[in-house]
Amino acid sequence: MEEYVLVMRNEDGKKLASPEQMQIWMKQTMDWIGGIAAQNKFVSGTGLPFDDARVVHSNNIVTNGPFGDIKETIGGFITVRAESVDEAVEFAKGCPVLQGEGNSVEVRRVASR
Amino acid sequence: MHQEVIPHLFRTEFRKITTVLCKHFGIGHIETAEDIASDTFLAALNTWTYKGIPENPTAWLYTVAKHKAANYRNRTKSFQEKGGSLFPADPSYQPDLDLSAENIQDSQLQMLFAICHPSIPVESQIGLALRILCGFGIDEIANAFLSNKETINKRLFRAKEKLRLEQVRIELPSETDIEKRLQTVLTTLYLLFNEGYYSESQSSVLREDLCHEAMRLTQLLTENKRTDLPPVNALLALMCFHSSRFPARKNAQGEMILYQDQDETQWDYSLIAKGAYYLQQASRGDTLSPYHLEASIAYWHTLKADTTEKWESILQLYNKLLQLAYSPIAALNRTYALSKANSKEEAIREAEKLQLTGNPYYFSLLGELYKDIDPHKARHNFEQALALAKTQTDKQLIAQNLLKLNANCS
Repeated sequence: MEEYVLVMRNEDGKKLASPEQMQIWMKQTMDWIGGIAAQNKFVSGTGLPFDDARVVHSNNIVTNGPFGDIKETIGGFITVRAESVDEAVEFAKGCPVLQGEGNSVEVRRVASR
Repeated sequence: MHQEVIPHLFRTEFRKITTVLCKHFGIGHIETAEDIASDTFLAALNTWTYKGIPENPTAWLYTVAKHKAANYRNRTKSFQEKGGSLFPADPSYQPDLDLSAENIQDSQLQMLFAICHPSIPVESQIGLALRILCGFGIDEIANAFLSNKETINKRLFRAKEKLRLEQVRIELPSETDIEKRLQTVLTTLYLLFNEGYYSESQSSVLREDLCHEAMRLTQLLTENKRTDLPPVNALLALMCFHSSRFPARKNAQGEMILYQDQDETQWDYSLIAKGAYYLQQASRGDTLSPYHLEASIAYWHTLKADTTEKWESILQLYNKLLQLAYSPIAALNRTYALSKANSKEEAIREAEKLQLTGNPYYFSLLGELYKDIDPHKARHNFEQALALAKTQTDKQLIAQNLLKLNANCS
């Protein structure tokens, strides 16, 4: 069994959805994670709120948030256990973030210790 | 004199005397403590039966126990003078057995930590706790575990040997260790409670006794400043909520009545209030233990009406619980909550992913979910559940489901 990180990417962080829509996404995400945990495949995970977000650039210039100059933003990530990358991909397919056009979930194997 | 002995007097005093004796003589002498306590009750039996029950039975028992403890000590002293060593040289050692209420309470708490020691298996911890901290007889323990006396005796003997070899100290763990050691203690108390709540033992009195004992010991932890921590309160809340349904979950024939068929006017609302109090106490600080989540789920189940809010809350609590502590039963319950909060179709898709194919409750859940959607599949699943079911209660419930299904089809 390997561990994989599923990184949730939103195409444009500026495109803010309605509060109602966000609440629906939140529930869907909680149910999605709960479903993975119910298969005993959940390892850890966290959301990444946009407040207090900073980007440090190569010339040490610090900007607020990843908005504007970076097109894609990371909304959060979870780590799962899976027999293969294909199983991890199956988990990723259920991620509610994919309902947004242009959004993506990146699946990466965690280097074994 | 025709005085009634207080119910459970022997059991109650046995555990107090034994615990104090263990503390007095040290962890290597549990058997001696049991013997002296048993001798004390034998003396009571042989005296009270003929001379009547004394004015103050407890004081009588304590005097005899003190006397027997001193005798034992004198006997072994002459052995020690001949070069043997039975007791560690401990400067804090008190020559007299201290049976004050305060020392009884302290000794019980310290002994709880000593018995719930990670060096012995959890079923031994439960057995020893029942024997030493609850004053149960070996046959009662065997009955509760659906086992026999020899097995239990062997198990307890090995456990006592191990505690002696490990030189486990009868004391509260240090500040740095207490949270970790408390986890083992809480697991044992949780399992002790479940043993009573889900036991197949024929004696319903015994089953409820196990639950009450688990609650009593958990309450003991809340009464000491150092162990009155949020997870302890959460566990006690969970136990209160569950036991509030005791009066309603069995019919006159002793058969299980499922939650949805229970008469909620029979629930014990004072226990529900008590549970709410401890759940509130558990919310101090920012600890979130699995017991917090389980207690919150149990709280929602004290509201009988099927509301969206109820099932959505339960679903999210299970989602969290599974991230914190996976168990097959939590995964199955989560899927049931999903069917209530979202839809049966979604729950079926999620259930099929669980593949807990060795678990009868897995097939029972699928049977339940398919009941109105595909009776043929429902029957197939209930039949598989029946083939896997181990207990009489489970078989009965599944058989009832099959009967209802057949009645609806014809």
